[in-house]
Amino acid sequence: MTDATVLIVDDERGFVETMAKRLEKRNMTVFQAFNGDEAMVRLADHPNIQVVILDMKMPGKDGLVVLQEIKEAYPLVEVIMLTGHATVPSAVEGIQHGAFDYLMKPCSFEDLNQKIAEAVELKNEREEEAVEARLSNIAGRMG
Amino acid sequence: MHPEKKSSYDNLSRNLSLTVITVSFAPLILVGGLLFHQFRSIYTEKVFAHLAEVVDKHAANINTFLQDKLIEVQYISRTSSFEYLTAPGHLEKALRGMQQQYGRIFVDLGIVDSKGRQVAYAGPFSLYGADYSGADWFRNSKERDAIISDVFEGLRQSPHFIISISQGQGEDRWTLRATIDFLSFSYLVRNLHIGQTGFAYIVNSGGVYQTRPKDKRNQDLELTPRRELTRPESLAGVSIYESFDAEGDDYITVSAPIKGGDWELIYQQKASDAFSAMTRTEFVALIVFLIGGMGIVAMALIISRKLVLRFQAIDQESELMSKQIVETGKLAAIGELAAGIAHEINNPVAIMIEEAGWVGDLMEDEGRELPSYAEIRRALTQVGNQGRRCKDITHKLLSFARQTDSRVIEMSVPDFIREVVEISMQQARFAQVEFALDLDESMPRISASATELQQVLLNLVNNAIQAMEPEGGKLSISCTMEDGQAVIAVGDTGPGIPAANLGRIFDPFFTTKPVGKGSGLGLSICFGIIHQMGGDIDVESTVGVGTRFTIRLPMPSPSWQPETRQENRDD
Repeated sequence: MTDATVLIVDDERGFVETMAKRLEKRNMTVFQAFNGDEAMVRLADHPNIQVVILDMKMPGKDGLVVLQEIKEAYPLVEVIMLTGHATVPSAVEGIQHGAFDYLMKPCSFEDLNQKIAEAVELKNEREEEAVEARLSNIAGRMG
Repeated sequence: MHPEKKSSYDNLSRNLSLTVITVSFAPLILVGGLLFHQFRSIYTEKVFAHLAEVVDKHAANINTFLQDKLIEVQYISRTSSFEYLTAPGHLEKALRGMQQQYGRIFVDLGIVDSKGRQVAYAGPFSLYGADYSGADWFRNSKERDAIISDVFEGLRQSPHFIISISQGQGEDRWTLRATIDFLSFSYLVRNLHIGQTGFAYIVNSGGVYQTRPKDKRNQDLELTPRRELTRPESLAGVSIYESFDAEGDDYITVSAPIKGGDWELIYQQKASDAFSAMTRTEFVALIVFLIGGMGIVAMALIISRKLVLRFQAIDQESELMSKQIVETGKLAAIGELAAGIAHEINNPVAIMIEEAGWVGDLMEDEGRELPSYAEIRRALTQVGNQGRRCKDITHKLLSFARQTDSRVIEMSVPDFIREVVEISMQQARFAQVEFALDLDESMPRISASATELQQVLLNLVNNAIQAMEPEGGKLSISCTMEDGQAVIAVGDTGPGIPAANLGRIFDPFFTTKPVGKGSGLGLSICFGIIHQMGGDIDVESTVGVGTRFTIRLPMPSPSWQPETRQENRDD
């Protein structure tokens, strides 16, 4: 059991690969995708992905669009946005569309680590809530 | 100043002054010339009329005088017989009587018989028995009873003229002859003096002088008539000429016939003298005109110079303006370029940092035994640090060249504040900062650029959160209406700003953060944005208690249409 299962989505291959190696070193399971469509495929293949690290500026599908698609299909997956620059409008939109948080590129590796940990924690909380809700639901029905 | 431009300004100045001068002078010259001409002709006419009248009057006086003398002599010859008058002593008696009666005008009296011999004489000369048979007057007296002769020297060798009255026929014809004192007659003519050069004399029909002008200068005055001037219609017989003397001086000659056309009274005056008053007036007018003209010219020059200088200044200003616009455009272009480059640099830098990090990770695992382990670690840390430095630079560049969207929209302040709080929520949570919102939901919507205002508020909120790190605290944001302005306040419970720094926090590049942490541009950019919106931002702070920033924005009147800042740079 790894600490976290992460999907990195970025059009910069070198960035993705290195980041993946480093995260794996820290006991995470890392999947890679180089564009939005690929990201959706990975998510479909691996439902255990907890956190998506998503670059905002990508050729083809824009990060925001991908974010919306992810949130639509997998509402419990947390998304951490990477922006080349903290353009306030896109960050705000990202947050509004349910992103967990955003980081400025290039981000410090420690910050990213921390954010992933927080996101996983939050996801677990929510899942527990959901489980509890389902349990109480079941309990309610049983009672 | 460009030489070509300078000359164009000079041209403008010259044209302006010429126009002003022309426009000012044209009516002046027209009216002045008309008045001048009118004045001249009227005055000339008046002078001529006056001269003609004077001469006419004098001619009448002389005529009357001659007529009177004729009648007086006639009276003696009618009332006395030839025998009575030739008797000794009677003629003297008659002469004495006449002199007592009329003054010493009559010099002598004589009786001449039909042969031309003087048979009686009374007077200062001894002319008894003189023979006048050859004299012109005597020859004339044969046909006419009353004669006034021309002036002649005769037997007494001094100029005089005589009045003779003849009576009887053939052998019995006798003539009473009286000599008129030439001096007293001359006086009649000589007292006709006008001005300095006006004088009068009499000539007979043959052009022989009957009187001498008093003035020696004019003894030999020879005049060449040049042209006849208008005859005054009211005065029959008076004619006026313009003539020259030998030296080319202009003379006015007025003549009137006397003694039934035998003689002519001639009055002459230098034209310059006759018109001296006019000349003087014209001179004064000309001086006034010249001084006025010079005034006009000077004013025209000064005003046009001033105007052109003003134009020059305006032109320079506009040139400067357009230069500034070009500069601004350039800056914007450079900014965009820089932003693009920064964006592109970000990715490789990110990869470099990650790779360095990766090498660091590998070293941790496998390279601890390497002799140069510490040195490699140091180098990797350095690569990481320098990469982060690059990042800071690109981010600064990007925040400078941020493609803000300054479209003005209507927005609700409370909603907008909540939005900003949502963005900062994560950051606040880790810094253990709590938000305390006091939003006046009923306040009217404002018109402003949402992105710019967001930038400002985010900056203030981030500053507040960073100020309260790591202990945490309370971040209070309020919005309300005050004196027709929207007021947004951001307060924190941080350490506060020392009074020494309070005046400088809006200065560009002023920062209290450690090197590499803050650019010192945030607040100065906020200040610029708020002032551009026509608003105000100020700060109050107490050390140890906290800091509070207050933004005041003007509320638009409902009619206000935001069109001044429709500047969309997203395309």
